[in-house]
Amino acid sequence: MTVSRWGLLGVAVLALLSVLFAALWWLSPTHDASTVVAAFWHGSLGTTSAFFSGTLVRAIPLALLGAGLCVAFRAGVFNIGGEGQLMIGAVAATFVGLGHSLGPLHVVIALVAGAAGGAAWAAIAAELRRRFGVLEVISTIMLNFIAASLVAYLVRGPLQEPTGVYPQTELVEVPARLVRLLPDFRLHAGIFIAVIVCAAAWWFLRETAAGFRVRAVGASPSAAAIIGRVDVPRVTFGALVASGALAGLAGGVEVTGVTYALYENISPGYGFSAIAVAILAGLRPAFVPLSALLFATLETGALGMQRDAGIPSVVASALEAVVILATLVIGAGFLRRTALPASTAP
Amino acid sequence: MSDFAPLLEAAVRTAAPLLLAAIGESVSERAGVLNIGLEGCIIAGAYAAFVAGGTIPLAGYGAAVAAGAAVGLLLVAFSVWRRLDQIIVGTALTMLALGITGTLFRARGDIAAAIGSTEPAVVIPLLSSLPLVGRALFAQPVTTYLAFALAPAVWWWLHRTHAGLALRAVGDSHEAATAAGIRVGLVQAGAVVFGSALGGLAGGTLVLAQAGSFAESMSAGRGFIAIAIVALGRWRMTGVALASLAFGTAMALQYVVQALGWRVRYELVLMIPYLATLAALGVFGRGTAPAMLGRRRETS
Repeated sequence: MTVSRWGLLGVAVLALLSVLFAALWWLSPTHDASTVVAAFWHGSLGTTSAFFSGTLVRAIPLALLGAGLCVAFRAGVFNIGGEGQLMIGAVAATFVGLGHSLGPLHVVIALVAGAAGGAAWAAIAAELRRRFGVLEVISTIMLNFIAASLVAYLVRGPLQEPTGVYPQTELVEVPARLVRLLPDFRLHAGIFIAVIVCAAAWWFLRETAAGFRVRAVGASPSAAAIIGRVDVPRVTFGALVASGALAGLAGGVEVTGVTYALYENISPGYGFSAIAVAILAGLRPAFVPLSALLFATLETGALGMQRDAGIPSVVASALEAVVILATLVIGAGFLRRTALPASTAP
Repeated sequence: MSDFAPLLEAAVRTAAPLLLAAIGESVSERAGVLNIGLEGCIIAGAYAAFVAGGTIPLAGYGAAVAAGAAVGLLLVAFSVWRRLDQIIVGTALTMLALGITGTLFRARGDIAAAIGSTEPAVVIPLLSSLPLVGRALFAQPVTTYLAFALAPAVWWWLHRTHAGLALRAVGDSHEAATAAGIRVGLVQAGAVVFGSALGGLAGGTLVLAQAGSFAESMSAGRGFIAIAIVALGRWRMTGVALASLAFGTAMALQYVVQALGWRVRYELVLMIPYLATLAALGVFGRGTAPAMLGRRRETS
């Protein structure tokens, strides 16, 4: 019985995938599969510039966000507001980056400000959940829209560059920029931050008492509260704020490492892609860098297909959704056991 | 007060898709399934209506309902049948629907001009010339009337029929419902597909009766707002209808502000519905949710 159900659902996922690929082929103006594949390859991994200026650079925010989501999801907190937290982090980092020169520590302070901004933004949802039982799925989405409008307002109003022509801020001060690692490519020092954060998240969940409490709450809030005497609301609050801080850090890294300025579409949906990153990694931070690299490849490849084969790059978002569903179906046992904790019910 | 009548008219019109989606979500949640994929149902319905509704609006609405139901069937397959986490699956389905509709829309830009105008309002003579509320209540697109008729109809169905009782029983306790001979999975599947179909219809309404065209991500969080509306309305039809009207007003403000040329930054006005949702959830959000909401069925 179970076997046939598994098989059937596997077939359903495969069918979805094949429909998507058929659609890709049909959508490409040339109707030529080899053009599509070549476009994907050249856009993502096929050239050194695509890899070191595109794919690796894109993997950095995905890894930061993904590591944060691992912690949040493990605690049973479904933070889908990474997008908004990233934007507020970017705002905070830009603010610091545009200010008085702070010497060699400027970039560090900008990044800390980014993390603080993201944490504060997530804390709104965390407080709404703790005090009023508001489902964080709803509140974080609402905060995404508010953050997007806020950024749109800032870059057309108070923070707009002095000529008032472009909807973006001035460039941040040079000391507030992350160094580039290779002469001709855009890869920047943020990659070390991403790797360190993933390692730290792995260590936190595995080795610390707080990390154990996070896992216990995610596995069963009532058991954690009764047997473990864990303050469940405090743990979920902390997990949501921590994931917000990492999202904000990702925003700070984007500003100080890639764009050097704030503008409206600073995130091409990183907050949502990161859900796929965390889930494909099985909510294990140790696998997040790999998973982030994979999705970065998918996305830069999709951009390549848009450039060279005329296929809209939003198709990547659909593929990510399929990966999430496929991982859930095929995936790790604990993922399926993570029930919605009783306290998240509205 | 002459500014007020157009605001009311726009508020009721804007509330209609929210109400449709929220009624659907209520039914789904009453059966214990949290349909986070509602946003996906709306955008799928909007795109389907856009593609099919060029000439015959009825075909557009039919396609919208079918597209919403299709997304709902996926949620049923993964979350009811396979018992995978409702929130993760719902989020993935929303991403899937946004991705697919966005891709198709960008790739087939040639049909962008398919729908020129919105479907005309059904004006009820005499009543529509009442002062202040006349046009708000009696000069609306047909789906507005449908939405506001559906609220009492669904209430009646939930509370006065055996099937409705069975659905509520499932939402209150899987075990008790099973013991009473109710097939929990089947009831949930029906509720989710019905709710998603209404979500699709809401999307169709957006295109055919409001915008007159499709835009990427035009659902703009309405699915999530509708889920908030259900909680604000405490899972009751009157509450849901009132909350929908309140949010319709909040969303209509942006059109009114534009039309009146008030000196407010447009970007800030756009925030209002989302800020209102957060504030309202904080103030009114504590209701009694169906006990089984979000829970997966135990394997029997």
